[in-house]
Amino acid sequence: MSLNDILGRLFNFADYGQLLPLVQNSLLAGALLGLLGGFVGIFVIKRDLSFAVHGISELSFAGASIALLASIDVVVGSIAGSLTAALLIGALGAKAKDRNSIIAVLMPFGLGLGILALSMYEGRAANKFGLLTGQIVAVDEPQLLWLVGITAAVLVALAMIWRPLSFASLDPEVAAARGVPTRTLSIVFMLLLGLSVAASVQVVGALLVLSLLVTPAAAAIRITSSPALAVTLSVTFAVVSVVGGIMLAVGGGLPVSPYVTTLSFLIYLVCRFIETLRNRAKGAQ
Amino acid sequence: MKNPNQPALSVRAADLSLGETTLWQNLDLEVSPGELIAVIGSNGSGKSSLLKAILGQQSLTKGQIKVAGHNVHRGSRDIGYIPQHRPSEGQVPIRGRDLLRLGLDGHKFGLALPNHKNSQRINEVVERMGASEFQNQPISSLSGGQLQRLRVGQAVIGKPALLLADEPLTALDLNQQHVVGELIDQERKANQMAVLFVTHDVNPILDMVDRVLYLAKGKFKIGSPDEVLRSEVLSELYGTQVDVLRNQGRIVVVGTHDHEHHPDEEWI
Repeated sequence: MSLNDILGRLFNFADYGQLLPLVQNSLLAGALLGLLGGFVGIFVIKRDLSFAVHGISELSFAGASIALLASIDVVVGSIAGSLTAALLIGALGAKAKDRNSIIAVLMPFGLGLGILALSMYEGRAANKFGLLTGQIVAVDEPQLLWLVGITAAVLVALAMIWRPLSFASLDPEVAAARGVPTRTLSIVFMLLLGLSVAASVQVVGALLVLSLLVTPAAAAIRITSSPALAVTLSVTFAVVSVVGGIMLAVGGGLPVSPYVTTLSFLIYLVCRFIETLRNRAKGAQ
Repeated sequence: MKNPNQPALSVRAADLSLGETTLWQNLDLEVSPGELIAVIGSNGSGKSSLLKAILGQQSLTKGQIKVAGHNVHRGSRDIGYIPQHRPSEGQVPIRGRDLLRLGLDGHKFGLALPNHKNSQRINEVVERMGASEFQNQPISSLSGGQLQRLRVGQAVIGKPALLLADEPLTALDLNQQHVVGELIDQERKANQMAVLFVTHDVNPILDMVDRVLYLAKGKFKIGSPDEVLRSEVLSELYGTQVDVLRNQGRIVVVGTHDHEHHPDEEWI
């Protein structure tokens, strides 16, 4: 393939006007996921849980695969897998060091289980691949409903515990001394994280969840230290990545995920670049 | 609420053993509002554990602790706490002011929406801590002294009855030690706040100390600095010859065989 052919496949906007209405569901799903990832991601960064997100997503994948094999609702399977992982990591790994090793132990086990279930599954191959790399173009009504429900539940719960969770994330010792129930908050947040991961796995796939739940927030805190602005930017970056990724991918008929991950990565690079420029300007003063 | 006749802290007949080790036995301590107690002792003598016990995070083997007349179960709004500082790694999106705000209403549920009354109180504390210049800087960019001033502000902003400060002067240069010590002194006087000041070196705060609680070898001594920081008293406490030397207003304790200046070892 020549470079032109490759570019033509990557970015194809022929019949764009007709294609766009067809992916309305996906765009909506993408926007919801962006919201979820942007808000939850801020706490993932504050609580140093990036690796946990990866671990939870692998177990979510295992749950979904087993559900596919057993002909149960895939969403139910992935939520079950994700919540189990989130609770295990939350209960066993209060300290960062313990946590990392527990995640590293759980992750390959989950991935292995998922691969086994998928190998035994005899249905459509696209279903299998989709669990790992996403199937956002094929979002159907029930999936969308799940997504709306999970997003609403997680965001409402997060709003309720926002302040004490921020306190406990920044300085658990002082927060505990002031009577903040740090242990309970930690478990509750792991559950919210589990739900968010399960929702994201449905759409972007287990391997790419990090690009929604970690990258946008990580980019945001590079350029601001204002808590409110950090959240706003994180949500904006996440929504732009997903919705933008879908819109770019629609014409070419290729998977959406690489577009989403690339956009979110580019945003991260730009933020780091801005940070470097600012530090230089400060140093020069 | 604060009652001037009620002790800010009362520890009665308290024992604490961790496994085989007895940290202290039969500890009685009553601290009045506005009183500053220096808690001194060797590493592993149970200074940090005493603070944990007061916070209700470490249960006593025996005895009772009350803060402002209440039993404490896993933290209390009557207590301000400055834990030993361990530098945080990585970047967090938070500025100096935000740190103070967490001390004011971080325990409440809901979102941290802008609030006029809170902002006023934060402004007041920013000024008292001399933090106007760096209040909007990310805390990761602050010097040790600046950060410690904000941590004092965070601990006192809710006007607690009791302040627990665990080695608040370590890792600061002499000038900043003086500034931070003065701030704690200023706040306890302004708010009639009792202070338990854990330190391995009493000298930077010697002129503000009302009483000393000296912990060693499972035993303790309480009294004014002049009563406790004497060769015969500490020799008896340690069961070996200990010399307390005074030189130009400074006190040096020799012969305790402590390896001090290692705050990490406190956490065993």
